[in-house]
Amino acid sequence: MNQITLNSRKTTKNIIFYGIIGFMAAVTLAALIIIIGYILINGLTQINLEFLTQEPSKMGKEGGIFSVIVGTIMVTGVGILIATPIGIAAAIYFTEYAKKGRAVTLIRFFTEILAGIPSIIFGLFGFAFFVIFLGLGWSVISGGLTLALMVLPTLIRATEESLKTVPMAYREGSLSLGATKWQTIIKVIIPCCKPGILTGLILGIGRAIGETAAIMLTVGGSLRVPSSIFDSTRTMSVHLYVLAAEGLSMEKTYATAALLIIIVLIINTVANLISGKLGGNHGN
Amino acid sequence: MKTYEKVIEKLILLSAIVATISVALITLFIFRSGLPLLADYGVFEFIFGTNWSPTNGSYGILPLIVGTLAVTLGALVIGIPTGIACAIFLSEILSKRWAKAFKSAIELLAGIPSVVYGFFGLVVLVPAIRNYVLPIYQIFDPEASATGFSILAGAVILAIMILPTIVSISENSITAVPKEYKEASLALGANKMETIIKVLIPAAKSGILSSIILGMGRAIGETMAVLLITGNMAKVPGSIMDPVATLTGTIAMEMGYADPTHQQALFAVGIILFVIIMLLNIIAQVSMRGIGGNAS
Repeated sequence: MNQITLNSRKTTKNIIFYGIIGFMAAVTLAALIIIIGYILINGLTQINLEFLTQEPSKMGKEGGIFSVIVGTIMVTGVGILIATPIGIAAAIYFTEYAKKGRAVTLIRFFTEILAGIPSIIFGLFGFAFFVIFLGLGWSVISGGLTLALMVLPTLIRATEESLKTVPMAYREGSLSLGATKWQTIIKVIIPCCKPGILTGLILGIGRAIGETAAIMLTVGGSLRVPSSIFDSTRTMSVHLYVLAAEGLSMEKTYATAALLIIIVLIINTVANLISGKLGGNHGN
Repeated sequence: MKTYEKVIEKLILLSAIVATISVALITLFIFRSGLPLLADYGVFEFIFGTNWSPTNGSYGILPLIVGTLAVTLGALVIGIPTGIACAIFLSEILSKRWAKAFKSAIELLAGIPSVVYGFFGLVVLVPAIRNYVLPIYQIFDPEASATGFSILAGAVILAIMILPTIVSISENSITAVPKEYKEASLALGANKMETIIKVLIPAAKSGILSSIILGMGRAIGETMAVLLITGNMAKVPGSIMDPVATLTGTIAMEMGYADPTHQQALFAVGIILFVIIMLLNIIAQVSMRGIGGNAS
């Protein structure tokens, strides 16, 4: 075997290798574009002011999705309101207070485990615990509490990541000026981390809005505007499932799906913009 | 002032253990609600029974287990090679700027709600399988189910859904391989491809493995997408064109109208699902700790 055939065999192998990798990456990108494109093209034309502001009628076959939008905002809002202080405090614990040891490793381990639990299990739990055991019924609050547990790991992780980027010198400087540990955290460290925490919050909202299985089992599916957090309601993703499963109206289904995609796109863009700014924050 | 700080410290500690308490409560309540039926019906009959018809009091979940495993396996067959290829593409081939753009695309894929994937599968993939794949398949197996709601549809959609998990964790662990490994390999005369296949991938294998296990957990736990496209037929399938019901889909669909015993049975399905996912997560967590130690 001479050098030339060896080399050309190597080149063919190279071409095949890079070809396969490039092809698979292209397929992945194509899948993303096709899914988003297909839904937007079919759904955008169906979205108008009436769709957004009218109440659904005939089980969602006609009318808009106003009550569903209100329901989504309420459930997501309750979930995020409960999860945010707990998540930020937990992250502060991990980065500022926790010492290395068995107990901390265990707490961290269970936080990761919580992140891996599938939404249908959260749904079953929320149903057994919040809806039945605590007697909250199918309601905004049952769903919000369930959601809070689901987004908690996301919030903790994002906050922790940004707390870690605050230089040690900031802490030392503040402490040496006579500030207490808590004063240092609240006046020096948290202000530096606002973008990171905000990114976590936005990603949490994204996850909450897209959540379906857990919401179905804890919030129910009422199509009326909820008058309090103890009422049942319906979120956009649950509405999309019901419309798709029952084939009530193709137009409304596409419109709802497109609205969800638009929200996801906005959330991703905003999260990217904020975390992009964060990157430059401590650069110098 | 001192007591004030102490109270805050306690509150912060309390927040940190909320997650741990939640995991304990979730375990407690799932088991509490499902165990009575498991005890009455028999664990063996429950897991290996082939007939799931709750209206007749038959709670054999073998068809659901097989259905879940079938779609998950299919998703892994498609998702693993694609995911690893994307990870290599990101970490070794693309320039930094393009890698960042490709990464946001992958993140976007993770952000799309599962019910939207399900809807897309329902209106695009299922008809596509019915119209284009099925005629070819029927040459070999004329009896094949002709609806398009199938293991294949579930596997394709799940593969796309687990890609972000596989890509991001694999990419992290490939990037974490020390630069010296790569430089040494190149200095010995290996080209880039040989370095990737023989040095980088083996060095990153514990991370890649965890990414696959986590992806698998995600596929097994996924509900809304499979619910809309796998057909929900609680029968042990004979081919990839057959409709199946999954553990998750069955819980989600039947919980709304289940009578008390049936509800207990669904919680018992939840127990099985919970145990499988927990095992996978613990394995992934443990093997992920290996990544850090790998480099040194």
